[in-house]
Amino acid sequence: MTAETLAPQTQDDHPDMNDMRKIAMWAFLGSECLFFGSLITTFLVYRTRTGDGPSAADLFDIPFTSVSSFILLMSSLTMVLAHHSATRKDWRQMRVWLVATALLGMVFLSGQVFEFTEFVHEGLTVTTSPFGSSFFVLTGFHGAHVAIGVLLLLTTAFHSYSGRLRQGEGMNVEMIGLYWHFVDIVWIVIFTVVYLLQV
Amino acid sequence: MATLNPEVTRTAAPKRGGLWEWITTTDHKKIGILYGGSAIVFFVVGGIEALLIRVQLATPNGEFLSADSYNQMFTMHATTMVFLVVMPAAAAFTNYFLPILLGARDVAFPRLNALSYWVFFFGGLFLTVSFFVGGAPDGGWFGYAPLSTQVTEVVRMDYWALGLQIVGLASLLASVNFITTVFAMRATGMTLMRMPVFAWMALVVNFLLLFSLPIITVGLIQVFLDRNLGTVFFDAANGGDPILWQHLFWLFGHPEVYILILPAMGIVSEVLPTFAKKPLFGRSFVIFSGIAIGFMGFGVWAHHMFTAGLGPVAEAAFALTTMFIAVPTGVKIFNWLGTVWGGSIRLATPMLFSLGFIAMFVIGGLSGVTHSVAPADWQQHDTYYVVAHFHYVLVGGAVFGLIAGLYYWWPKITGKLLHEGLGKVHFWLIFIGFNLTFAPMHILGLNGMPRRTYRYPEGLGFEFWNFIATVGSFLIAVAMLVFFWNLYRTWRKGEVAGPDPWDGRTLEWSISSPPPVHNFDRIPVVEHEDDFWHRKYTTAEDGTAVAIDPPPVFDTEPDDNIHLPSPSFYPVLASAGLFITVMGLVYVPWGLIAAGAGVVITLWGLFGWSMEPLTREEH
Repeated sequence: MTAETLAPQTQDDHPDMNDMRKIAMWAFLGSECLFFGSLITTFLVYRTRTGDGPSAADLFDIPFTSVSSFILLMSSLTMVLAHHSATRKDWRQMRVWLVATALLGMVFLSGQVFEFTEFVHEGLTVTTSPFGSSFFVLTGFHGAHVAIGVLLLLTTAFHSYSGRLRQGEGMNVEMIGLYWHFVDIVWIVIFTVVYLLQV
Repeated sequence: MATLNPEVTRTAAPKRGGLWEWITTTDHKKIGILYGGSAIVFFVVGGIEALLIRVQLATPNGEFLSADSYNQMFTMHATTMVFLVVMPAAAAFTNYFLPILLGARDVAFPRLNALSYWVFFFGGLFLTVSFFVGGAPDGGWFGYAPLSTQVTEVVRMDYWALGLQIVGLASLLASVNFITTVFAMRATGMTLMRMPVFAWMALVVNFLLLFSLPIITVGLIQVFLDRNLGTVFFDAANGGDPILWQHLFWLFGHPEVYILILPAMGIVSEVLPTFAKKPLFGRSFVIFSGIAIGFMGFGVWAHHMFTAGLGPVAEAAFALTTMFIAVPTGVKIFNWLGTVWGGSIRLATPMLFSLGFIAMFVIGGLSGVTHSVAPADWQQHDTYYVVAHFHYVLVGGAVFGLIAGLYYWWPKITGKLLHEGLGKVHFWLIFIGFNLTFAPMHILGLNGMPRRTYRYPEGLGFEFWNFIATVGSFLIAVAMLVFFWNLYRTWRKGEVAGPDPWDGRTLEWSISSPPPVHNFDRIPVVEHEDDFWHRKYTTAEDGTAVAIDPPPVFDTEPDDNIHLPSPSFYPVLASAGLFITVMGLVYVPWGLIAAGAGVVITLWGLFGWSMEPLTREEH
């Protein structure tokens, strides 16, 4: 390579890398809207097609799911606090809030695992009916998104010890924050449409 | 000719085109060439599949292919041409030229760009592997349930469902990248409305990809789970609804049609002004029509399903939206005609293909409007009339437009002009061959010949036109041989193009051919639409263009802090992991071990990626 690999400087007319990643994240989340939109639509088409299996009214335990939903929503608050600490460059506090967010996410996930196990015991599996297939695939993919979010949160908290990320860190937290809030908002829709409206 | 970048020798990269360099490259131009090369290879594969189909249908009661291999051929012909030829060919031009047209040195995320290519590459490989392990997918490129969900031939449609999933993932990553590129990487003064029309169409296409791919992703996940986990999404016996698959598929599939055609429309909108020496007529109208097509493209999908029994209200609504979407398309046709009208036209090969594009696309567009009339569509559905229609828009339209782009930009990419004489032979052969192949299919279809049947009996009046169509298809093959000969000949002893062989209008012609690694010595400051034209020409009192004489001298002092992305091994590693994952998923359950290993490799690639320092440090 010749003159191309040059001094690591920001260039005047070169756009801000942080801004670009934010645009990309918004674009990706736009795509995710259609992803969950299609899954939710499938569920709505099949919500009453329970065949011989149990129906939504037989299964759903609204108080339980309300609590786990509340926990997930609270994790958005801790996420905001983590981002706030990151902008103030208070790395220690940022780690605390990141781990708190991840823990709340994990509590939500264990609630989901518990709920899935209960439903299977009561006779609803992915093969029982279109209702079962679409319920498990929709909520399962949401759970997978939460799990990926937890991984990202823990990785970032871990990274922050090494000092590798120093200045980019605030933005990393902001990116994960966008993703995390999005996943929470999707859950609000799922909780309303899949749980509250079906019982 | 004025060039903004005369001292190209200074920056010419050392000649080290090793395989490793191509594998690890993050240069948008090299990735563009990789996309283009792959598209050409798959074009040959898909073309051979088409010829086998035509040989089978040349005579009644054809004996050449069995029903089973015929099913594989039409499924793979369509899948290959749509996902592995036209989409990557458009991605090739977008990769190579979008940053240059915007006045940028690369795309927003160069490593993500490499990842897109390699994911696509392994997806294409994966679909091709299926031929050697017990038969290719045979349920149609649309994969209607239960053709796609029944588990008879164990793995064929798994290859299809997973292969499309990966290729789709590649396009999704690319769309995020290109959208960000357009919004964040434009040179100073390159306002959105000053962007070249090709860049605009690329932007619309990438929004279509961004919003339509997740829909097919969900559908394909459901098909895959129906096949392998026993879910009952599309299993009518257990209350599932196969029509839901049709909705999900076409809600993706119709925007997909515009994903295929809009890049070609963008190319034609660049070629026509250059070869007519006039600015694009009603430029902002062309841009807004493209945007309108993008929006309306999401509202017409059910016209593919008029015979599925949607009921009169839905059918009337979709008939109307389908007629409406012809309006912005028609606007563009008239704008192109207005551009050519009264221009000083040079009939070079790119121009011939662009004019061919307009003519063929009009025919295909009009037969498309006839489908919007639901009662007429009931007669035409699943006949060769439909085959004729979409080949007129996809071959006469998209492929002609892409070939126009290839002739137009080849000198920029390689520095050598393709031979004009051979180019004209290529055009006329493919033009005649194309019409011989597909025009008769209108007649066959209206006479009732159904699609996707591997043979037809004697005495139904199908013999003559089928034979003509087969002759035409071989003429297309000959035309493509002439084209490949032209590529080879140009590579050996082509005429050196120089930076601006066509007297071009946009920024790519302001730099050397081939462009230096960093594209621009100085990031240009843009002041006009068709900025490069305005650097070469001024307008006289009577409105005619006058060349600026002597050509203006530009400040060619290069920036002293150009940073380019360093090569990276991680994108190809992560993609290879994905390939192993899906190979494993085909052979559930024991393949899950391989799938697990693949996931680990992918995570290794992504983790290594996140730890790899950027060229540009953040502090």
